[in-house]
Amino acid sequence: MMIGRIQAPPTVRKGEPFEIKVLVQHPMETGFRRGMNGQSIPMNVVNKLTCTLAGREVFSAELGSGVAANPYLAFFAVATQAGEIVVEWSDDRGETGRLTAAFTLA
Amino acid sequence: MKRRHFLALPALAAVPARAQTGRFQPAQDVGPLVRKLADGMAPAEGGIEVELPQIAENGNSVPMRIRVDSPMSAADHVLAIHIIAERNPRPLVATFHLSAASGKAEVSTRVRLAGTQKVRVLAELSGKRFRIAQRDVLVTSAACLDESL
Amino acid sequence: MNTAGRTLLAALVFSGAATRADIIAPKPLKSGIEFQGADVQALQRDEFANPGMLWVTRGERLWKAPAAQGPACASCHGDAAKSMRGVAASYPKHDAALGRVVDLEGRIRACAAAQQKREAPAWESEELLSLSAFVARQSAGLPIAVAVDGPASAAFERGRSLFFERQGQFNLACTQCHDRNWGGTLLGERISQGHPADWPAYRLEWQSLGSLQRRLRACYFGVRAAQPAFGSGDLVALELYLAARARGLAGAPPGGAQVAKIVHNPAGPNYNGSQPRSDRSRSQRRGTTQDKKNKRVDSQARADRSESLVRA
Repeated sequence: MMIGRIQAPPTVRKGEPFEIKVLVQHPMETGFRRGMNGQSIPMNVVNKLTCTLAGREVFSAELGSGVAANPYLAFFAVATQAGEIVVEWSDDRGETGRLTAAFTLA
Repeated sequence: MKRRHFLALPALAAVPARAQTGRFQPAQDVGPLVRKLADGMAPAEGGIEVELPQIAENGNSVPMRIRVDSPMSAADHVLAIHIIAERNPRPLVATFHLSAASGKAEVSTRVRLAGTQKVRVLAELSGKRFRIAQRDVLVTSAACLDESL
Repeated sequence: MNTAGRTLLAALVFSGAATRADIIAPKPLKSGIEFQGADVQALQRDEFANPGMLWVTRGERLWKAPAAQGPACASCHGDAAKSMRGVAASYPKHDAALGRVVDLEGRIRACAAAQQKREAPAWESEELLSLSAFVARQSAGLPIAVAVDGPASAAFERGRSLFFERQGQFNLACTQCHDRNWGGTLLGERISQGHPADWPAYRLEWQSLGSLQRRLRACYFGVRAAQPAFGSGDLVALELYLAARARGLAGAPPGGAQVAKIVHNPAGPNYNGSQPRSDRSRSQRRGTTQDKKNKRVDSQARADRSESLVRA
């Protein structure tokens, strides 16, 4: 179960940029660490995150091990119609997560 | 008293000393990476605002905000923003893809910085134009330690 | 900053056997976050961006999820915002059914085994931390109010005795740093009063949420003492003494991320000191006037550091 948090205004103005904040629970394992047993912990990071607005992609990110654990991203988007914000991500192991937030136009 | 003191100090220092082993690596030449990302072109300086603490308290999580000057119109907008940390084992920290639908070329995140270094931000704008900015960050506790207990 | 110049040196030199029972609380009580830098404080205050809140989010889901052969937490306890309000602030607490004092994590484990008929979640597991973070969150802004009398008195006395007991190869007691030298520096770290108000906490050093027991075990490691096992009576007793010592402290202000305190590496050289460590060690060993001067420089550097967080 992937956990994340999303924050966006419930009501936005058409054509006016608004901020979307996303926080994803993930260790962003670098592959450089070793566990207590001396074995190296394999790299596993959220490598891709995309955000669509009413079906249209507004932002995407390719992340590496240089992004802090439990990655935080904030970015802007412009809406032309009401709908849903969908944020999806996947990690090196192929696990995926999804967050949604609905918004209306003012 | 002196003896106690003498005994205590190296021992107290032992925790960071252990952590320091093999922790740092020298800055790499990120020129080739920048050229590759910029399609062989020399990016122009300026036009990018980077908010980054001058002194980061912990390299595991350094807050960063990037703002690129752009009208963000269909004809003229930011397509991509790259974060490059020359002293990280993998210098390309992240790439963000934007479009006119972003409305505003501003992105915030938190990065890991493996030691004091220059952090570069490269932006790709419409019409194969590139801009670059760099900031010095003093990292007072390096990232990438194994702190499992 | 009244004690900013003081260091471990002072602790070692001036601390006698501080076993007086009346030494309960440092005055004034200061939450651990007050000893952190401006950007860490900002991160803790940001209720959305604080990564510890992810564990609260997961805990809320777990709270509502039925166990395979038993009820969900919510089946018995209902809406946590009501039923769990103030509960975490009363732990560690004596549990009549168990016949001993348990901390919040111990209580959750016992409940899982007895009521949900399942294996108790492992100490320090993501599941246990998420549940305790979620329950602790319901006490955000409320003052710590633990009972130390009656059936809890033995654990309290044990915890108090541990707090003042010199331990490990360094021969140090909790009290030497956290009663007598809070506000001072230990390597690059400012010494806090050692309160349990904000736990479990997200530490940048751990890059994860962790329990107070984990933090206490790190202190045992720090003084080179044998670490008590998770869930051991000694750790719980110490937790109870710490809670009693912090009674009335509400931790982060309302709306703050009380259960998700973020602190930086206490052991690391996260320090913008004015001289290399080897020189510092020498001057500290000498304990000279130069040493005192350096300490002032150090505290000044620290003050400058917090001022210099200019977003360049």
